Amino acid sequence: MPRLSWRTAEIVAVHRETAHARRLALRVEGWPGHDAGQHVDVRLTAADGYQAQRSYSVSSAPATPELELLVDCVPDGEVSPYLTREARVGDRFELRGPIGGYFVWTAAYGGPLLLIAGGSGIAPLASILAYRAAAARGIVTRLLYSVRTAEDIIFKERLQSWKKDPALAITLTLTRSAPPDWNGYRGRIDAAMLREVAFAAAEAPLAYVCGPTAMVEHVADALVSLGYPAGRVRTERFGPSGEST
Amino acid sequence: MNTSDDANASRVPAALDGNAAAGLLQQIFAIDMTMAQITCGGCQSVQPLAALRLYGLPMGNILRCPRCESTLIRAVARDRECWLDLRGVAALHLRLSS
Repeated sequence: MPRLSWRTAEIVAVHRETAHARRLALRVEGWPGHDAGQHVDVRLTAADGYQAQRSYSVSSAPATPELELLVDCVPDGEVSPYLTREARVGDRFELRGPIGGYFVWTAAYGGPLLLIAGGSGIAPLASILAYRAAAARGIVTRLLYSVRTAEDIIFKERLQSWKKDPALAITLTLTRSAPPDWNGYRGRIDAAMLREVAFAAAEAPLAYVCGPTAMVEHVADALVSLGYPAGRVRTERFGPSGEST
Repeated sequence: MNTSDDANASRVPAALDGNAAAGLLQQIFAIDMTMAQITCGGCQSVQPLAALRLYGLPMGNILRCPRCESTLIRAVARDRECWLDLRGVAALHLRLSS
């Protein structure tokens, strides 16, 4: 594995996913490729030399030519307001990666595969799902995705297309408000919901949980209480303190 | 890795996990460290580095044991220097690729 180095990323497209979230397609010089679930560090440098750095998960499949990052805006953040509000096609910034070998899934790991996301925690799981759709379609998979309202659902179009796969079950839950015709779950993910949606522990599933810290800890504890061995529950927490310098 | 519900909940940032320190540690060790098995010097529990709690504070990054909260690793890196305090770690087990 080569030593991590900063590379120049150029924005080739900006897609609006929700009011606060943007999906950025990037061209990265010399990008060595990534595994589904990995992340990158992004570094912005101000004119006076001040640098701010944050981590973002890659949401595209490994074989996709352009690297895609999902960025949700933290209103008083140092990096995400630029990436979600000001960044334009042609803009450049520094990026290093791919990073991380733990929150990664490859077809060789097999299934059944349980993916649980809160909010923009869907990003690395979207990479896993896109990779699975391209290279490991047969692996029985369930996605449980929690967002505040129907307007906050990220990757709506991809979720629609993935839904056609009979080996993949997608379940959504809305935690704040739901439209009158909503037929998914309501409320936060808890043990009762997991008992209905998750695979039984006896099926030896492999679980990936990504979201805000409190949600991840709650879900991971609930899965362990349902009999999942802790080593079969891989977690990734995110938050505004995701600085690594 | 992205935003959180409780962005402004307190001055001390909410804990992330070892995944968020992966870039920093790879910069120092030159290999991915998230899969390294860390034995806590406090409670002797063993878990992958990715499962440790990360507190990103202005003075640097602190990785704590998720079981007993012992400080395991403190790390700061800039472009040309790094500083690493591993005194809370009893053992570090790495599987090396051939």
